Amino acid sequence: MADALRLDAVRFAWPGAGGFSLGVESLCVARGERVFLQGPSGSGKSTLLSLICGIVSPDAGEIAVMGEPFSTLSARRRDRLRAERMGVIFQMFNLLPYASPIENVVLPLAFAPLRARRVGRDRAGEARRLLTALGLPEAVIDARRAASLSVGQQQRVAVARALIGTPDIVVADEPTSALDGDARDAFLALLFDQVAAAGASLIMVSHDASLAQRFDRRLTLAEIASVAGSGTGTAAQIRGAA
Amino acid sequence: MILLRLALASLGNRWITVALTVFATALSVGLFLGVEKLRSGAKESFANTVSGVDLIVGARSGSVQLLLYSVFRIGNATNNITWETYQNLAAAEAVDWIVPLSLGDSHRGFRVLGTTEAYFDRYRFRGDRGLAFAEGRRFDDVFDAVLGADVAAALGYDLGAEIVVAHGIASFARHDDKPFTVVGILEKTGTPVDRTVHVSLAGIEAIHVDWQGGARMPGRSVSAAEVRTMDLTPRAVTAALIGVESKLALLRLQRAINNYPDEPLLAVLPGVALQELWGLVGVAEAALAGVSVMVVATALLGMVAMILAGLQERRREMAILRAVGAGPRTILGLLLAEAAIISTAGAALGLVVVYGGLALAQSWLDRTYGLYVPITAPGGEVFMILGAIVLAGTAIGLVPAIRAYRMSLADGMMIGN
Repeated sequence: MADALRLDAVRFAWPGAGGFSLGVESLCVARGERVFLQGPSGSGKSTLLSLICGIVSPDAGEIAVMGEPFSTLSARRRDRLRAERMGVIFQMFNLLPYASPIENVVLPLAFAPLRARRVGRDRAGEARRLLTALGLPEAVIDARRAASLSVGQQQRVAVARALIGTPDIVVADEPTSALDGDARDAFLALLFDQVAAAGASLIMVSHDASLAQRFDRRLTLAEIASVAGSGTGTAAQIRGAA
Repeated sequence: MILLRLALASLGNRWITVALTVFATALSVGLFLGVEKLRSGAKESFANTVSGVDLIVGARSGSVQLLLYSVFRIGNATNNITWETYQNLAAAEAVDWIVPLSLGDSHRGFRVLGTTEAYFDRYRFRGDRGLAFAEGRRFDDVFDAVLGADVAAALGYDLGAEIVVAHGIASFARHDDKPFTVVGILEKTGTPVDRTVHVSLAGIEAIHVDWQGGARMPGRSVSAAEVRTMDLTPRAVTAALIGVESKLALLRLQRAINNYPDEPLLAVLPGVALQELWGLVGVAEAALAGVSVMVVATALLGMVAMILAGLQERRREMAILRAVGAGPRTILGLLLAEAAIISTAGAALGLVVVYGGLALAQSWLDRTYGLYVPITAPGGEVFMILGAIVLAGTAIGLVPAIRAYRMSLADGMMIGN
């Protein structure tokens, strides 16, 4: 059986002189495996995630998702593959603020017909089931605007969105950094439960080493990736972060 | 479908700026359509004023000038036609009917027209509608007067009122020794007839028997009673409206009149003279249309500026969409959909603005400018204009859309981190 995710001899440099570049010799994530990727900011986390999610394409090497070579596809096909195969959870501000929690959860289904088929007709019902399983009370689920939810509640909605229609891989980028201790533990427990229930692999990136022990495998970026170039990111990244 | 829902939700999230932009677009569209409506209304109004007249004859001048003073009561004649010539015209074989027009006097700002009873039979407007009396009857006596609807309404005259005619259009010399009596008031026509005082040719002659060269002849005062005993055959008329027996003879008659040996005359076809008039005002029309196009363009640019200004704050939104699988093309489509929605809403609201405005201003326009703009269901042309505006708005929406497309390519999902 193919790995959920495989990177082979991947090289990537952001365009422009002195651009940040990243190289990954090999990275494999088995199906259902939970991998913790540790690295401080500036270590190439964002670039690696962009590659894994198919937002950018490597200059050399190959990335395969569920045995399907990913990196050689057109940008459009990569977008489609990301929609079908992956759920993404950001650090914070995961939701469209003007849409309701349920609308946010069913959003990926609009871009992923296979996931939508797995969910069936009652998309809102499935969204509600996931949100309930993640411990959100009825009143929160039925909020008119996602912007009215607390940060912790929003992160749980983001988990439901990542998991709806059971994608193969959940990619989480510092999902707990905005949460305090108790909330973080509760959040991780729920995340693990639901990822396991969906049978998905989990790749979580964080600088917080204390979270690592709950994972099947722990990697540091320094072990798998070599980086070169300026500082903490590209011009685009710096502009974006500003 | 998801695009449309997302675009609507996102617009709803910024409803104040969006509403203002839609409103600005609506006002500009309303202005544009309003100008179009007034333009066509004015043209129609002019074209509707002369129906069924084959030739207008006057002293030789310009055809537009002749049309303006004879039919629209705008401007003045440079010369008259002698009564003898008029009689010759009336007797011409090709002429079916002829109506003399004697202009030059006024009553409190309204023009006085000397004519014959045939005027009430022959005058046609808006297709084939004839003059009808709201009150009273045609003039019969020398000093009878028939008022247009606006004259009666503006000056508050009823039947039996006595009116004094002033010499010239804006003059202090008044024919106050020979007042006229109102015997009839016409129904509203929406033409210059509404603003005209009609009297008989004899009446015009009567008030001028003791005048010469624009002033009363000293020591030769003739009383109103005396004048009735005199020969009141007019010495001249200003112009004449002619209907022909057969359209085939029309051009020959026109040529004959234009080559009339005894005095210089000009005969014009009303339709041709109107075309000439449109040619003259065409520049102003084009300028007006140009200005309203500019206003629409300004509103659409404002919309683009609004969308562009919002992009920076919405990188988040786009990164989220990218993360759940939306391609950059979806982002492009989303922004285009926004521009299309705003332009469509603006165009639709603009239609409401123009019809609402028209409903409010219609009677005022008619009263004040004699401009009757009918409220009719918007025609294909209007929808073509609206369609063009929506298309233009969507097309110009490409600017922020392409920018968002580029941004989403450069940002990817990085913005989250």
